[in-house]
Amino acid sequence: MTFNAAALLLLIAGLALIGWLAGRARSNLLAGRTGTKLHSRPQYHGWYVALWLFAPAAIFLAVWSSVSPALITNQVLTSEAAQSLPAFGFERGAILSDARSVAQGDQAAVRLPAAAPLVKPYADASHKYAWIGIAAMLALALAGGLYAFTRIRPDFRARSRVEKIVMLVLLLASLVAILTTFGIVLSLLFESIRFFRLVSPAELLFGTTWAPTSGAPQPDTFGGIPLFWGTVLIGAIIAMIVAIPIGMMTAVYLTQYAAPAVRKWVKPLLEILAGVPTVVYGYFAALTVAPALREFAVMIGIPNASTESALAAGIVMGVMIIPFVSSMADDSINAVPQAMRDGSLALGATPNETIRQVLIPAALPGVMGGILLAVSRAIGETMIVVMAAGLSANMTANPFASVTTVTAQIVKLLTGDQEFDSAKTLAAFALGLVLFIVTLLLNIVALRIVKKYREAYE
Amino acid sequence: MTQEDLTITDPKMKAHGVNVFYGEKQAIKDVSIDVGTDLVTAFIGPSGCGKSTFLRSLNRMNDTVASARVTGQIELDGEDIYAPSMDVVQLRARVGMVFQKPNPFPKSIYDNVGYGPRIHGLAPSKAELDLVVERALVRAGLWDEVKDRLGESGTALSGGQQQRLCIARAIAVDPEVILMDEPCSALDPIATAKIEELIHELRGKYAIVIVTHNMQQAARVSQRTAFFHLGTLVEYGKTTDIFTNPKQERTKDYITGRYG
Repeated sequence: MTFNAAALLLLIAGLALIGWLAGRARSNLLAGRTGTKLHSRPQYHGWYVALWLFAPAAIFLAVWSSVSPALITNQVLTSEAAQSLPAFGFERGAILSDARSVAQGDQAAVRLPAAAPLVKPYADASHKYAWIGIAAMLALALAGGLYAFTRIRPDFRARSRVEKIVMLVLLLASLVAILTTFGIVLSLLFESIRFFRLVSPAELLFGTTWAPTSGAPQPDTFGGIPLFWGTVLIGAIIAMIVAIPIGMMTAVYLTQYAAPAVRKWVKPLLEILAGVPTVVYGYFAALTVAPALREFAVMIGIPNASTESALAAGIVMGVMIIPFVSSMADDSINAVPQAMRDGSLALGATPNETIRQVLIPAALPGVMGGILLAVSRAIGETMIVVMAAGLSANMTANPFASVTTVTAQIVKLLTGDQEFDSAKTLAAFALGLVLFIVTLLLNIVALRIVKKYREAYE
Repeated sequence: MTQEDLTITDPKMKAHGVNVFYGEKQAIKDVSIDVGTDLVTAFIGPSGCGKSTFLRSLNRMNDTVASARVTGQIELDGEDIYAPSMDVVQLRARVGMVFQKPNPFPKSIYDNVGYGPRIHGLAPSKAELDLVVERALVRAGLWDEVKDRLGESGTALSGGQQQRLCIARAIAVDPEVILMDEPCSALDPIATAKIEELIHELRGKYAIVIVTHNMQQAARVSQRTAFFHLGTLVEYGKTTDIFTNPKQERTKDYITGRYG
């Protein structure tokens, strides 16, 4: 007898179903007998019983699954056979886990001879705690179910209770994402703090030489400015020069000129563009755009043009961002009340004048918010720059030269054989933290702008 | 419909046999009406009777509704406004419009009024534009309230001020006709009174057509009243006649509050 959590979960789910039926039947019965009207409809009484039956038992199951292995091991350690185990260390753990595997039937025979006498204590202990767990769980389920069952009265407000529980579940679901974010921030923060013990934050933020792999004779230098510059050049300058005009013009066409049939086709197509995996854009940038740009650069006589260039990565990233900008601009322009458009047209303005002088200025805050969000996406984008921008940390304004970005360097620092506590590896976390903070700030500012703008028209 | 008692010798706009369709649905059926140059003409009738639709066909604002279609003839100074040779942009500069809800642009007060003159090139220099803006605001009775804060946003004004700003905006392009689509329906009684006073002052300078729900308002501000019902023009005549001595049973029922 082992403790199989999945099977037990099914068991209490089955019991909950019975509880549901019983609760419903009882409420019907009571209502029929006393002739009063039920406050809540019968299925709510059913749900009330089912939840009381299921939830405490399921929570116990979760707790017990995580606690019982430790209890089992403790009991095994008190057994006679365990006295001959090594006091601590790798071997002791291996023997215990070997014995546990055999006892639970995961493997046929022991691999380590020392584990053999422990198999029986393990099996005994597992058996014992499994029975305790199952008994306690069933007791809880039945107690919960009975408690709920006895509370059913025609005037019992089962619906409000059930709705409260449903709300609680929804709240927990929404907390998952938030708590995960906190966890991510914390893990980044701890690793970054370890890095900043080795290298000062000032060097990372303001240093102008990035050479983490310079080797023994010279110490590594972690000056982040070349990376930040590369990130800004690609994500915030070149990509936006491509994405903003094209995205805006797309939005203006789609909202103002396109026939409904055209709009019906073009909008989903744009959304598909937004769903293309970034690695595919990366191929396109590295294999098609970058060589073409290099040839062009050589042709117009630009020296030391590289096959990996800021321009190639930036242009392709801009193309990737177009749907993002256009859909934000589309929403903002559509949010401008029709009355504005009518007011302008009624003054004898042409549609063109109306768009340029009334709609776009009115939509501008929303569009700005969208652009900031797009920038924050662009600077966090990794695959395209890894594949097309290169890895040399140049501080150059020449768009045909190779530059590197924060994200590309993070990939470089973390791939390959690395010790996990060297300054080089930890630098990746510090860079990640910087990136996270910058994009977070951009998002906050952007969302505030968008929100303020929404309020203006409500 | 009776034409005998109409003394419009010099109509600004003439509509003849106008039908308006939204898709398959006919919103206006065979309406003929003359709008006098120096008069305020009121369109009254219950909700959904087509009075706003008809008003919007007078400056072709219905063009902005994809499914709308207008047949029949509407003339401005004898010119067919639906003729291919008519430039809708110029038409709307000549036939201005004020909407139900004040809709100032999210620009400064000055730029709101200056918008029309700028796009039509009516005031080439800043000094001239200043003059045009001031004159329009004076005419709209708003100058004294806003002259010290022309740079503030038009949307920051009160509802009544916003509506007068919209009237100033329409006046600034020097139109011949001003169409008002229930201009007071979103305003409080005091702001309404101001707008009505303004309409009195503007009478004679522009041909004014006003759509209103409010029969007292029609009686107060207009010299001619047209009663619409179910897309048809039931009766058109001098405002005093319509309100004191309606010829049609339906008009009488509406005026006396039997329906509507």
